[in-house]
Amino acid sequence: MPAKPAEFRAQVEDLRPYLLRYATLQLRDSAAAEDAVQEALLAALTGEANFAGRSNLRTWLTGILKHKIVDAIRRQSRERPVREPESEAGGFDALFDQRGHWEEPPGPWEQPEGALAQKQFLAALEQCLQGLPERTARAFMMREHLGLDTDEICKELGITPTHCWVMLYRARMALRQCLEMNWFGK
Amino acid sequence: MMLSCRETTRLLSQGEDRGLAFGERVALRVHLAICNGCRNVNAQFRFLRVAVKSLSRDGDGKETA
Repeated sequence: MPAKPAEFRAQVEDLRPYLLRYATLQLRDSAAAEDAVQEALLAALTGEANFAGRSNLRTWLTGILKHKIVDAIRRQSRERPVREPESEAGGFDALFDQRGHWEEPPGPWEQPEGALAQKQFLAALEQCLQGLPERTARAFMMREHLGLDTDEICKELGITPTHCWVMLYRARMALRQCLEMNWFGK
Repeated sequence: MMLSCRETTRLLSQGEDRGLAFGERVALRVHLAICNGCRNVNAQFRFLRVAVKSLSRDGDGKETA
């Protein structure tokens, strides 16, 4: 057990703005910079033992970040991937702020297992499923109801695995929002 | 923190559909340790799976998850 993980984490997080500026300067792309910093911070947190106060924390983190930046540049030059089909978020962008954090963090659902025993709940769930776009609903039901894996779903719907995951993500986000509005949220 | 909440919800969803890479699992765990909102969403995604399965059952048997 590390001595004070929370404290170390806080110290690392304090340096985030600095690291972000550093990465942005070199990558000239705020999204890529954000990614590089996140990777670096993750590496730092999982490799805390390697730090052990050997050097200045900022120096150590910057060193890690440099490697991540180089990786990012390599990736950028190798492939400029086409972004996800249209908006990947599919209308869920409003749930998050610019940095991708919750505008309003979702609360817990009370007694979800109990709801399963209620006919009205199942009716509400069906209603929510009907509200999904057709293909999205189909993909979701193939996955969750039929228990098919994504390969089979892709083949069936003629889409790529990535697209499939995006659709399933949209379905889950839409359903949880719908159930929250119509059942769990008061 | 490392992952944004948006990315976390995306990974949580993909975790239901594909095997996540080691790094992804670590990143998720780190994020979930500090983020109530995403922990709730994680539980809710899982619940959705159980709930949708229970749609096919007639009657009103109770699922023991």
